[in-house]
Amino acid sequence: MPSTLTSAEPPRGTPPAVLSLAGLGVTFDTPQGRVVAARDVTLSVARGECLGVVGESGAGKSQVFLAVMGLLAANGRAHGSARFEDTELLTLTPAALDRVRGAGIGMVFQDPLSSLTPHLTVGDQLSEVLLRHMPVSADAARERALTLLERVQVTDPTERLGQYPHELSGGMRQRVMIALALASDPPLLIADEPTTSLDVTVQAQILALLAALKRERGMALILITHDLGAVAGLADRVAVMRQGRVIEVGTAARVLKSPQDAYTRSLVQDARRLDATADTSTVPTGRVDDAARDDAARGPVVLAVTDLSVDFGVGHGWLGARSRLAALSGVSLELRTGDALGIVGESGSGKSTLARAALQLLHATRGRVVWLGRAPEELPPAAQRSLRRDLQLIFQDPLGSLDPRMTVAEIVTEPLRVHERALDARARLATVLATLARVGLAAELAARYPHELSGGQCQRVGIARAMVLGPKLLVCDEPLSALDLPTQQQIVTLLGSLQACSQMALLFISHNLALVQRLCARVLVLYLGRMMELAPATTLYAAPRHPYSRELLAAIPSVDPDIQPARLSAVRSGEPPSPLAPPSGCVYRTRCPEARAVCAERVPTWEEPVAGQGIACHRWRELS
Amino acid sequence: MNEDATAARGLWSDAARRLKSNHLVVAALAVLALITLLAVAAPLLTPWAYDTLDWRHLAQPPALAAGHWFGTDRLGRDLFARTLSGVRLSLLISVLASAVSLAIGVLWGAVAGFAGGRTDGWMMRFVDVLYSLPYLFVVIILTSLFPRDNVAVLLLALGAVGWLTTARIVRAQTLALKRREFIEAARALGVTPTAILLRHVVPNVLGPVAVYATLIVPQMILSESFLSFLGLGVQEPRASLGNLIYVGAQEMESAPWMLLLPATFLVALLLCLNLLGDGLRDAFDPHER
Repeated sequence: MPSTLTSAEPPRGTPPAVLSLAGLGVTFDTPQGRVVAARDVTLSVARGECLGVVGESGAGKSQVFLAVMGLLAANGRAHGSARFEDTELLTLTPAALDRVRGAGIGMVFQDPLSSLTPHLTVGDQLSEVLLRHMPVSADAARERALTLLERVQVTDPTERLGQYPHELSGGMRQRVMIALALASDPPLLIADEPTTSLDVTVQAQILALLAALKRERGMALILITHDLGAVAGLADRVAVMRQGRVIEVGTAARVLKSPQDAYTRSLVQDARRLDATADTSTVPTGRVDDAARDDAARGPVVLAVTDLSVDFGVGHGWLGARSRLAALSGVSLELRTGDALGIVGESGSGKSTLARAALQLLHATRGRVVWLGRAPEELPPAAQRSLRRDLQLIFQDPLGSLDPRMTVAEIVTEPLRVHERALDARARLATVLATLARVGLAAELAARYPHELSGGQCQRVGIARAMVLGPKLLVCDEPLSALDLPTQQQIVTLLGSLQACSQMALLFISHNLALVQRLCARVLVLYLGRMMELAPATTLYAAPRHPYSRELLAAIPSVDPDIQPARLSAVRSGEPPSPLAPPSGCVYRTRCPEARAVCAERVPTWEEPVAGQGIACHRWRELS
Repeated sequence: MNEDATAARGLWSDAARRLKSNHLVVAALAVLALITLLAVAAPLLTPWAYDTLDWRHLAQPPALAAGHWFGTDRLGRDLFARTLSGVRLSLLISVLASAVSLAIGVLWGAVAGFAGGRTDGWMMRFVDVLYSLPYLFVVIILTSLFPRDNVAVLLLALGAVGWLTTARIVRAQTLALKRREFIEAARALGVTPTAILLRHVVPNVLGPVAVYATLIVPQMILSESFLSFLGLGVQEPRASLGNLIYVGAQEMESAPWMLLLPATFLVALLLCLNLLGDGLRDAFDPHER
């Protein structure tokens, strides 16, 4: 599609702008002086149009729209102009702004749990908003709340009205937030990273819902996100922000296909690289397919897990029976030196439980774990601890996994203090500095505290701590999900090169299939704590056998604006059932489009058609 | 936005910076330092000891001429010397008692919270039992079992009660910390439980504990004074703020300075320590304001 530079403004004949920003700037007064969060932002969005605003965190994209809504922090100030229909928002009194906020502009935030009031039921919160904006009776408001919940595709809406926010899943909460934002029928909806904290499959569902709502209500939608896939599926026009400035504006097709600015180009490239479906040749080069090698050529077994199950007792009370939650059932896997196994699945699939049980950080209910040929359970605690030097773990929350009271040097020294007691202080420091250099951290950072580092730097410190002893197995538990897209790329590259030169085994857990593909030769798909499919990455991505693998792959957003909208509209609804009451037979059957009667009757057995591949599905033969 | 870090700043130095910008706290610190200095240096400032009797000046009002700046009591003892000696003793007892109760409380609470399960249950039930014993009875029994005027007994009595609240605070903090990933990271590294407790848990609960400590010291001063006022604490001829106020209260109508001067010091000490505690809480937790 040829690009047109005039596309910065909506084409003629479209309705006038609902919101237009002109020369908008945002500054913050901090003890260190004035910080400019955004400058000279000029944007507009018309009825029925979706404007995608993309950029890394810290690009100022959220601050611009918080300023528009008058929701800046107390030390923030906005200047310039922001017109909503015919009202200048920046000069409005708080009371008048309140009216515009409620009735004119709906807003959806990233974290639905903290934006909902914890002690009010969903029904009460919805009715409250409805009653404020419309002269209706309480019963009518409740009636309308129900319709709204139905509209945003909340399952069992009547039941949900009486539930509290914490009783809902993340996806359901985000739907409730959208329902709240839509309660007063606003002409403009601003969604700030609405899908960031959600699973891939649920992300796709929420985006599909937003697309449908925009279409049927003809409202203007501003989608603030760092996810180009979300933009590709929804946005008509895209604005790219960097360091507080808008650096490129244009139609989605133009910006995503032929970006003009160098920064936009790199963003699009990064996103493409993650787009598994766009290009299947992205499997890391030089990686031998583990399954294809015969056992003699492969290294010793580093980690062997056999039929591992973990149950949690949930519910409490003095006499009340605790019910069992099967977080993991019957998982087996084997990792040899140099192997890289990816584990994927939605939240609640037992990925993290598997990692922790394999490292004996959690007590396994059944099954056997063997580290380097020895069963840790049978060892005395001290011997078990000394084995841990070869098995290291990287965490999801880069900041939370570092002791806030320790400097970077102290954190990275700790493994040496535990396992290399013979080393003197100077040798330790030398090792620590060398490790920091290996993970790409400057030596000056050694004296810093974790809260003084960026998320990516924190994650590198976590990696340095894990690598300092030269482990034989590195378990990564969602190490990227808290990071920016460019940072994710860097960390993936780092992990890949560390693994390549150290020949350690890698167990990489993620809900992002595209990232797994870049690091791992084999992938294990989990659902509700059970193994669904195990296959070499190339096979899995090219020809997934299990219907669940297919669903996961279909949910990966493409950055291609020609494909993505169609993909979004094909998204299926449905969330994983509660692990407290898993479905009979095959646990996936409640969401499976291929489910038959047999799926509800019998649990599918784990079949291994080829060595190194496995599947648990009654119908995989007929389906493939 | 870019809350970035050009200079290395720890949580403590951050807190110190915020503390310094709070004028009330700086003033309180200055007054505290002045009182402490006076109390320590008092023997050098006045020729009188706390128990020297000056027969020529009995119950004399404050006067510079006679050398009794704060006046004297009924036995002719110099009140300046006695009041400051009282401040010294009260501060000593309360700081020691606070230190003892903090040390016990932090360890008890951290161990209970970190061990969890049955150990936690028993340890905290023990705290509950101690809580439910009437404090004054315990003190009266303790002081009647041992010879009176035994500072160690007083310390024991104060410390026995003081650590309970610390233990509860620390346990709650530890329970929250235990779920944090960096504790799990330490376990995954093979750090022993004792080392995790001492290197990762305790340093991280010290922030809230430091705040509580500045609030527990005035509480201890108050308890000490109260016990001495009742005749259970420091005994004559030694002076503590409590027994000075007790004697002063009896002479209130004829010799008001005997009450007013020690009482002023007590109030000033308590006020400054409480201000400092509040300031510290704000400094450690800037979001609360």
